[in-house]
Amino acid sequence: MPILTDQKTKELKIKANDIRQSVIEMLLEAGSGHTAGPLGMADIFTALYFHILNHRPEEPLWSERDRVILSNGHICPVLYATMAHSGYFPLEELMTLRKLHSRLQGHPHREYLPGIETSSGPLGSGLSQATGMAIADRMDNGVSSGKFFYCLLSDGEMDAGNTWEGGMLAGKENLWNLIGIVDRNSIQIDGFTEDIMPLEPFKEKWEAWNWHVIEIDGHNMEEIVDAVNEGKSVFNKPTMIVAHTIPGKGVREFERKYEWHGKPPNKEEADMALKELRVIREKIESNYDKN
Amino acid sequence: MINKEAKLNPHLFNDDVEEKAIREGYGEGLLDAGENDERVVALCADLTDSTKTNLFADKFPDRFIQIGVAEQNLATVASGMAAMGKIPFITSYSMFSPGRNWEQIRTTICYNNQPVKIAGSHAGVSVGPDGGTHQAIEDIAITRVIPRMVVISPCDAIEAKKATIASAQTNTPVYIRLAREKTPIITTEETPFEIGKAQVFFESSEKPEIGIIATGGLVYNAIKAVKRLEEESGLKVKLLNLPTIKPIDKEAIVLLSKEVKGILTVEEHQVFGGMGSAVAEILAEENPTPMHFLGVHDKFGHSGKPEELIEEFGMGIEGICNTAIEFKEKLQ
Repeated sequence: MPILTDQKTKELKIKANDIRQSVIEMLLEAGSGHTAGPLGMADIFTALYFHILNHRPEEPLWSERDRVILSNGHICPVLYATMAHSGYFPLEELMTLRKLHSRLQGHPHREYLPGIETSSGPLGSGLSQATGMAIADRMDNGVSSGKFFYCLLSDGEMDAGNTWEGGMLAGKENLWNLIGIVDRNSIQIDGFTEDIMPLEPFKEKWEAWNWHVIEIDGHNMEEIVDAVNEGKSVFNKPTMIVAHTIPGKGVREFERKYEWHGKPPNKEEADMALKELRVIREKIESNYDKN
Repeated sequence: MINKEAKLNPHLFNDDVEEKAIREGYGEGLLDAGENDERVVALCADLTDSTKTNLFADKFPDRFIQIGVAEQNLATVASGMAAMGKIPFITSYSMFSPGRNWEQIRTTICYNNQPVKIAGSHAGVSVGPDGGTHQAIEDIAITRVIPRMVVISPCDAIEAKKATIASAQTNTPVYIRLAREKTPIITTEETPFEIGKAQVFFESSEKPEIGIIATGGLVYNAIKAVKRLEEESGLKVKLLNLPTIKPIDKEAIVLLSKEVKGILTVEEHQVFGGMGSAVAEILAEENPTPMHFLGVHDKFGHSGKPEELIEEFGMGIEGICNTAIEFKEKLQ
């Protein structure tokens, strides 16, 4: 992974802003889908696809690529938008989200769109699949494998036993090549996670399963990149990055409101959101220019 | 008489016919598949010995993953391994896999199109004293309904071994249904086996009046029943062994239906959604034929000796004979 320079940080922030705008436009066009999660995870997806991953957008099935396993498939608008912005497919195709015969299914389907590593949607199954992939790669290539397996999870799906089953196995197997990133935005469909099914003490739970745990601000590019670097340097256990994020990040009206978990913006709300995001984009540009 | 082309065990009707558990055939087949192809890996949910996965695990410890009592993890880890080019076999009791982990199998294996092979042991009421919690009699229904899934229910240990080896060579998800108890060896190494093909095991001396289609360990009781019916009751029956429930051998089923007045299906499974239902789906469209379904009729199993339960559910040799005679009388 290259060094994260100030210039690169600025580029990533601008890219994340562009991706957020795409997410809003896609959801408006689709008329259904999830808003809060995709906006909240835009910085992490940007950092992954534009800085961290060893991948080839023009050759999505390149065998040596790092794998991104999206467990909480419902935030796929941000995955699709990030993939399109990084060159996997044309940006215009984003407007087909959730439509008949689109490659951009409402929840991702591996076979529809090259670059999607697994079909997901039903929560709780992703970490185990990433664990299986990491075990298989270690079987074939041992420590000499250059591949890393990034599993993106929601905190809501920590309610599911399957998640913990996968976590236990990964800890048992000392999978250094597995890095989980959990979107700790503290909301799920019915409300706040600590009301629905308390997860705290969260960090300690993962540590107890033999994971290296790093808590970060999930909107801070430096912290995201540093945490992944730290995770890669831990050689005897998997790493879980607990990314504290703001659901709906970037649009004040949507932020921290669980009501925005599972609905799209209407025309008026989308216009307002895009306007706000454009203002932020200008601020990012001018702030960095001052430096 | 026995269909010579099926090359069945010549000692089939002897009182001291060799017996072997169908799950043992699976264990041997898995070992064989592992020796033939290093992509084959095995995962087990804390039932390594009783599913006979130990044969593979002892030979290839580096290609065996012990998952613990976590069948949802069993299916999803296997899906991930398949995504990296492995051919994973997952084994547990069929009540738990594909029972407990059905959604994971549907989404991460079948919908995701990963060629994971699911071996479910201890299927049917013949599990015996463990009781109804452990007697999977719904597994055929819940697997055959999933797109892409191949469903195989071998009749003996030899067929189970062949089915396991053949499964490793397909690029689809497969469910292999296995039984716990020792059952007689019906087939031989020379008996033809191909996924998707049914075989005539017994032909009547004259034109058959009814056809019996059987699957799994009950094929032995069915073949004994068919012989007894011809010898003692003069009822002419043609018996089809149906190891692959999906994709089903439409041609063989329709052909049989055209030769007989009615078809009796025999399976150690709920009649709702099972092998008989699969046969009925074909015949209703292709050649409507009177049918009778011998199986479990909307009940759970319970504790008892395997042979007691088989008798109680009417699946013993005598039970099959009586049902066949009643069915034939109803047809006239």
